[in-house]
Amino acid sequence: MRHDHLVTAKQLTRADVETVLDRAAEIDADPGAFRDRHAGALLGLLFFEPSTRTKMSFEAAIKRLGGDVVDMGSVESSSVKKGESLADTVRVIEGYADALVLRHPRQGAAKMTGEYVDVPLLNAGDGAGHHPTQTLLDLYTIRENAGLDDLTIGIMGDLKYGRTVHSLAHALTNFDAHQHFISPESLQLPRSVRYDLHEAGATVREHTDLEAVLPDLDVLYVTRIQRERFPDENEYHAIAGEYQVDADTLAAARDDLTVMHPLPRVDEIAADVDDTDHATYFEQAHNGVPVRMALLDLLLGDSE
Amino acid sequence: MSEHELRVSKIRDGTVIDHIPGGQALNVLAILAIDGSGGEEVSIGMNVPSDRLGRKDIVKVEGRELSQDEVDVLSLIAPDATINIVRDYDVVDKHRLERPEEVTGVLTCPNRNCISTDDEPIDSRFAVLPDGVRCEYCETIVRDSIPDLIDAA
Repeated sequence: MRHDHLVTAKQLTRADVETVLDRAAEIDADPGAFRDRHAGALLGLLFFEPSTRTKMSFEAAIKRLGGDVVDMGSVESSSVKKGESLADTVRVIEGYADALVLRHPRQGAAKMTGEYVDVPLLNAGDGAGHHPTQTLLDLYTIRENAGLDDLTIGIMGDLKYGRTVHSLAHALTNFDAHQHFISPESLQLPRSVRYDLHEAGATVREHTDLEAVLPDLDVLYVTRIQRERFPDENEYHAIAGEYQVDADTLAAARDDLTVMHPLPRVDEIAADVDDTDHATYFEQAHNGVPVRMALLDLLLGDSE
Repeated sequence: MSEHELRVSKIRDGTVIDHIPGGQALNVLAILAIDGSGGEEVSIGMNVPSDRLGRKDIVKVEGRELSQDEVDVLSLIAPDATINIVRDYDVVDKHRLERPEEVTGVLTCPNRNCISTDDEPIDSRFAVLPDGVRCEYCETIVRDSIPDLIDAA
């Protein structure tokens, strides 16, 4: 990969994606070969909003490579609480680490941070913007289960504020993918993502219900419809049920449909889906470690 | 010279921005960060009749020649404007606007969750699209109401 910073999935070419995914597959096949490959490397974790999976998987990834983390800790216990700007914080912490991982509630925070630091920066989610490392593990999971070319994928839920959706949609434009977006009208893709998909010549269809498109899908990627986004609680309850998937729903799907979710889920995928062959979301979450190991391995440089 | 044109007096040296869409003159001054505090002598004609636009605004700035960079930014709200550089009462240069690829520090992102609206040491930055502008940080696209984004500060 030729990028020092990974801010958006738009940066990734097909070759970049394949490089990361191939390296992740190597790691999956022989994890011992990568142990201590980056002994002594320090990864700076700057999480300005709560995260469990992403933060822990980055921590696991660098430790499995022989490195360690320096962790800013919670915002409440940091200098941010004293009013320090993000620009100042990252300029200080880049001196402590070989690479930085940033999670921030503001859109564009990673883009700005990339302008201030020289060490590799990984965007681990910036508000409703992007989440490109999630996308790489999503693509890894898709490739393992359905293949990335001639793919028909349905992406359902909160498409407006869902950063994992935005990044995945961008990345899929590198492949021969037919993208179907399913959401209530109030949570459709933002104008900026539609613009980019149109510019990239992507095949995109938008729907308000899953029923019509479900039988055609290789992959169904579900995200949480965020109750807090609705000004009126009744409006949320009126539509939320329309975007829940259970085993009965999937009776209309192909036998080899792969159901994914970036997690955490609330009730958009019923527990009875877990026991079906469709459920891939826990495997997807586990893939976060080898994929982030691969990414860090590439960004920190080969030691061989 | 018609009666309408006489409403705004000729200037000796400076810049005349003509063919501004009616009602946009104050936004033009905001983009140029001209608020009178710098001592410039500014004349404004608003909603004067125009063969080309129906109604147009005119801004005349005495004693200041605008740079190409400055006037290019005006294309966001006044794409048909013409710029006349005046020296000793004569128009010595006359040109149309060109749309820049990017504008910096002029517009405020309408996305309240954009990092550029936070207290960080960065200027706002917008890419200029064929039909609008796009924040370089949060990627929000604005097609209408661009004058509303002009940073009044």
